[in-house]
Amino acid sequence: MTKEYKTITEISGPLVFVEKTEPVGYMELVEIRTGGDLKRGQVLDSSDEIVVIQVFEGTGGLSKESAISFTGDVIKMPLSPNIVGRVLSGSGKPRDGGPEIVPEVLRDIAGAAINPASREKPRAFIQTGISTIDGTNTLVRGQKLPIFSGAGLPHNDLALQIARQAKALGEAESFAVIFCAMGITNEEAQHFLADFERTGALERAVVFLNLADDPAVERILTPRLGLTTAEYLAFDLDMHVLIIYTDMTNYCESLRQMGAAREEVPGRRGYPGYMYTDLAIQYERAGIIKGRKGSITQFPILTMPGDDITHPIPDLSGYITEGQILISRELHRKGIYPPVDIRPSLSRLMNSGIGKGHTREDHRAVSDQLYAYYAEGNDLRGLAAIVGKEALSERDKLVLEFADKFEKRFVNQGRDEDRSIFDTLQIGWDLLADLPEAMLTRIDDKFIKQYHPKYASAAKK
Amino acid sequence: MEVGKVKRVAGPLVQAVGLKASMYDLVLVGEEGLMSEVIGISGNKHIIQVYEDTGGVRPGEPVKETGAPLVAQLGPGILTQIYDGIQRPLPKLAEMSGDFISRGLFVDGIDHKKKWEFKPVVKKGDVVKPGQSIGEVQEQLLINHKIMVPPRTKGGAIKEIYGGNFTVDETVAVLEDGTKLTMMHKWPVRQARPVTEKLAPTIPLRTGQRVVDGFFSLAKGGTAAIPGGFGTGKTVMQQTLSKWADVDIVIYVGCGERGNEMADLLHEFPELQDPRTGRPLMERSIVYANTSNMPVAAREASIYTGMTTAEYYRDMGYDCLMTADSTSRWAEAMREMGSRLEEMPGEEGYPAYLGARLADFYERAGRAEVLNGGQGSVSIVGAVSPAGGDFTEPVTQNTLRMVKVFWALDSKLTQRRHFPSINWLDSYSLYDQILEPWFVENVSPDWNKNKRRAMNILQENAELEEIVMLVGSDALPEDQQITLEVARMIINFWLAQSAFHPVDTFCPYKKQFDLLEAILKYRDYAFDAVQKGISVAQITSVPSKDALAKVRLEAEYEPILAKVLAQMDAEFKALK
Ligand SMILES: Nc1ncnc2c1ncn2[C@@H]1O[C@H](COP(=O)(O)OP(=O)(O)OP(=O)(O)O)[C@@H](O)[C@H]1O
Ligand SMILES: [Mg+2]
Repeated sequence: MTKEYKTITEISGPLVFVEKTEPVGYMELVEIRTGGDLKRGQVLDSSDEIVVIQVFEGTGGLSKESAISFTGDVIKMPLSPNIVGRVLSGSGKPRDGGPEIVPEVLRDIAGAAINPASREKPRAFIQTGISTIDGTNTLVRGQKLPIFSGAGLPHNDLALQIARQAKALGEAESFAVIFCAMGITNEEAQHFLADFERTGALERAVVFLNLADDPAVERILTPRLGLTTAEYLAFDLDMHVLIIYTDMTNYCESLRQMGAAREEVPGRRGYPGYMYTDLAIQYERAGIIKGRKGSITQFPILTMPGDDITHPIPDLSGYITEGQILISRELHRKGIYPPVDIRPSLSRLMNSGIGKGHTREDHRAVSDQLYAYYAEGNDLRGLAAIVGKEALSERDKLVLEFADKFEKRFVNQGRDEDRSIFDTLQIGWDLLADLPEAMLTRIDDKFIKQYHPKYASAAKK
Repeated sequence: MEVGKVKRVAGPLVQAVGLKASMYDLVLVGEEGLMSEVIGISGNKHIIQVYEDTGGVRPGEPVKETGAPLVAQLGPGILTQIYDGIQRPLPKLAEMSGDFISRGLFVDGIDHKKKWEFKPVVKKGDVVKPGQSIGEVQEQLLINHKIMVPPRTKGGAIKEIYGGNFTVDETVAVLEDGTKLTMMHKWPVRQARPVTEKLAPTIPLRTGQRVVDGFFSLAKGGTAAIPGGFGTGKTVMQQTLSKWADVDIVIYVGCGERGNEMADLLHEFPELQDPRTGRPLMERSIVYANTSNMPVAAREASIYTGMTTAEYYRDMGYDCLMTADSTSRWAEAMREMGSRLEEMPGEEGYPAYLGARLADFYERAGRAEVLNGGQGSVSIVGAVSPAGGDFTEPVTQNTLRMVKVFWALDSKLTQRRHFPSINWLDSYSLYDQILEPWFVENVSPDWNKNKRRAMNILQENAELEEIVMLVGSDALPEDQQITLEVARMIINFWLAQSAFHPVDTFCPYKKQFDLLEAILKYRDYAFDAVQKGISVAQITSVPSKDALAKVRLEAEYEPILAKVLAQMDAEFKALK
C-alpha cells in the first residue's frame, strides 16, 4: 500500500502542486482520489519541496482534501494480442463495454527512440488506389505522411479511403489499423466507426477515442498510447500497422494549454518552444527496424488554422514528417474529390518506393512531367484571367488546358474508386499525349518510345 | 571526486547540490549515471543538462563528478563511424541495448581494443612540437591517419618511440620529460583547435552542382548557409554535397532531423563511390545522427562534437566538409534549455547569445596552415529551417551575418519541382571574385564571362516576366521574346539538376561549362536570326534546341553535344 498525501497546496488549471513528499520521480504516474473518484496524473517537475502534477482527467472536483499517491513508476500501457478489435478511451480505458485489457506486457508509453543505426530504409510501395498519392506523392511502408487540411474539407473521407484501400502489391500480410481521435466531435467519430464496421475493418483495428468534450489534457496521452500499441503490434507481433490520428491540431492546443498553465516562456504564437521536439517524439515512432517483420506507417491529420500552412502546427509537422498531402479548398469548391493539390504536396520517400522493381521504370519521369505542366498551367490561369486566353501563345494554351484536364481526370476520382498504379500512370500518359512530344523534356526518349500512347498503341497493332 | 545530490528534476534539466564541478564539466546523474553537463552554477546549486531522458529520476539521487568537460576521443577509428551527439557509436549502443536506445550507457568514441599499425615518422632525439606528427596509421585504404602531439601540450625531445601494432591506449612514444604519447587524445568539444595561421579561401570546393559551382560557388574552408522552408531540398542538397564534394573527409551532422533520412544515408554511403577515388563514400565519412526524437541536450552538443572531429582531420592536412542539418534545430535546443533555465529570452524566445554561438561555430571553419606544417580546411554548409519559411527570423538572420555563401531555397521553385530549388536572383557567393582566377586558369578563360552573361539574361527575364504578367508574352518585342526563351533554357536545361538521376547528379566543371556555352550559342544564333527577320516561332522550334535539353543526362556527352551543335548550325542556316 503506497502512502497517500493530502498536501495539495495549489490547483491551477490542469496542474496540481503537492508539498512535502517522498522523493518522486520525474514523469511518474500519480493517482488522485476524491471520494470514490480516481484520476490519474503525471509528474512534470519534482523537487525536494514541491511536486507539480498534470492531471489527465481534468482537475474538476479536486480539492485540498484529495489524496495523492505516487505509484513509483512511469505510465505504462497494458498490451496483449486481444487489444485488436477494441475501442478504448483517450486514456486507454475500455469504451466498448468490454473488459479491461489483461496485459501480457506493460510498456512505457514515452517510448524510447529507435536507434538510427537499427532503422531499415523504407522502400515498400503501398498502393492507396488514389492517383494523387500513388502517382505523384507515393506512400511507402514506414513513412509518416500527414494530411494538411482545413475545417470543413473531406480529409476524413480521404483517410478512410486510404485505410480501406491501402495494400502492398502482391502480398497478403497481417496488418492492423490504429485510429486515435483527439478532440474530434462525436459525429466525426461515429463516421469513422461506422465505416470501420461496414468494411469489417474494426476487427483488425484498435480505436482510441478522445472526443471534443473529453478532457483536453487527456489528449496528450492519446497518441502515446496509440503509438505504444502500434510498436507492440509491429515489432512484437510482426504486423504492418497503419496509424491514423486526427486531429493533431487539437493535440497541439492541449500542449499550448499546458505550457500556459506552467507559465512557460512561449514560442511562436503561444505554442511551447519544445513543440518541435514533442511532435518529433510522436512522428518519429514510425518506421521499420532491421530484422523485424512489421512496420509502422503514420497518417496524421491536421486542420490548418485559417488554412495557413505557415501556422506553427503544420509548419513544425512539415519539418518532421516525410512529406504532406495538401487538401485544397479551391479544388473542393470546384467539386473535385479528393481535392489534393499536388503542388505543395510531397512524399519524400517516393524515390525509394517507385521505379523498376517497385512500380514502373517511367514513374519518376511521368510524375515530374505532370508536376511541371500542372504547376505552369496554374500560373497561366492567373495570366489568362488578366490578358484573356486568346492572348496566350499556342504552347501556353496547351499547358492551360492540360492543367484543367489534369484536375478532372487525374486528381478527380470516386470515393470508392480503387485505381491500380498502372491505371494511374496510364491516365498520366493519356494527358501528356495531348501535348507535342517535343514538350516532354523531362522524360527519357526510351520511356516515350515504350509508354507514350502513340507508340504503345502502334506497338500493339 | 565529489558526489552531489539531485534537488530538482524538470525535463532535461536537473538541479543538484554538493558539487564542486566547473562550468561545462561532465557529470553523471542519478542511479543510472546519465551523461550530463553543468550549464550553470548559482549559489550552492549546479544546473545540469542531461543528455538522456530523465523520466523516473528523483530528488536525492546521486550526481557524480567526472572532473572533465565533454570531450571527443580523437584517434584512429573515427572514420566510417555513426555517432550520436556525444560521440557514442550507435551500432555499439544497439549491441548493448537493442533497437531502442536505453539510458545510462557509456561507450568510448573509438575502439580501445583494436590494434593499429603505428609507423613512426620521427626518431629518438627529434624535437616535436604540439600538433606535429610523430607517426602514421593507415586508417582506411586511402586515409593516412597522422598521429600528432596533442595541441596545447609542451612537446619536447623524443626519448623513445616504437613501431608496431598497438591499441589507442598503449604508449607509442615517450618524451624526455617523461610524457607518454598514445595514438589517442581527448579534446573538449566546445573549444576550437588551434592552427598556425588562417589562409585565404582561394580554391573552389567542387560540388558537381551547376547552380553551386557555376553561379554561387563555395571555397575550400568557406561557409555556406542553405535556408528554406520544409521540403525545399536542404537535406537532399547536403547529402548530395557529402557525396560529390572534392574533399578528403565528410562530417555529416544530422542534428534534430529524421531517423529515416539517416537510414537512407547509411544505406547509400557504403554503396556509393567517391568519384575521385572509386572507394566507398563511407570510408571518408563520419556521421552524427542525433535525430529529432533523441535528447535535445545531446542535439545541442552534436554540432560541437562534429566540429571537433572535423578540425582533427584538418589538423592532419585534410580538406574536410562539415554539413549540419539543421542548425535551426540546434538553435532550438539552445532555446529550449534557455527557457527552462528561465533566462531572459531574446528575439522569438531564442537566448540572447544565439548570435554569438552561431558566430563561434562558423568561425571554426577555414583553410589554414596547421600546426603540423601542411594545409587543411574545414568548410561548413549549414541548413537553416526558418519557421514558416520566413527568412527574417533570428536564426536565418544571425547566420547570414556570418556566412559568405547564401543559397536561398524558394518554395515556388519546389512546387514546380525545379531542383535544386535555389533561387538564382536572391542567392549569392562572396567568394565569387576571389575564385575567378582559379576558374580561368583551370577550366576556361570564358568561365566568368559566360556566368555573367547567363546571370544577366536571368535578371532581364525577371523584369520581362513582370511585364508578361500584364500583357502576355506575344506583346513583347521579338528579341525580348528570345530572351525569355533563352532564360527558360538556362533554368530548365542547366540550373535544374536532379539529385536522383544516375548521371546528372554529378556534373564535372568542363561539362557545366560546355552546356552553358551551348545555350549561349543558341542565344547568339537566335538574335542573329531575329535581325534577319525570322519569326520567333521558327526560332524557338528548331529541333536542336530540344535536343540540347537532354545532353546533360549523358555521361559521354561530348560527341552528342557536338552533334547537337552541328545540327543547330545547320538548322539556323536553313531558316528563312
Ligand atoms: N536536387 C534535387 N533533385 C531531385 N529532387 C529533389 C532535390 N532536392 C529536393 N528534392 C525533392 O524534394 C524533397 C524534399 O527535399 P528535402 O528532404 O531535402 O527537404 P528539406 O529542405 O530538407 O526539408 P525539411 O526541412 O523538412 O527537412 C525530396 O524528398 C526530393 O523529392
Ligand atoms: Mg531536411
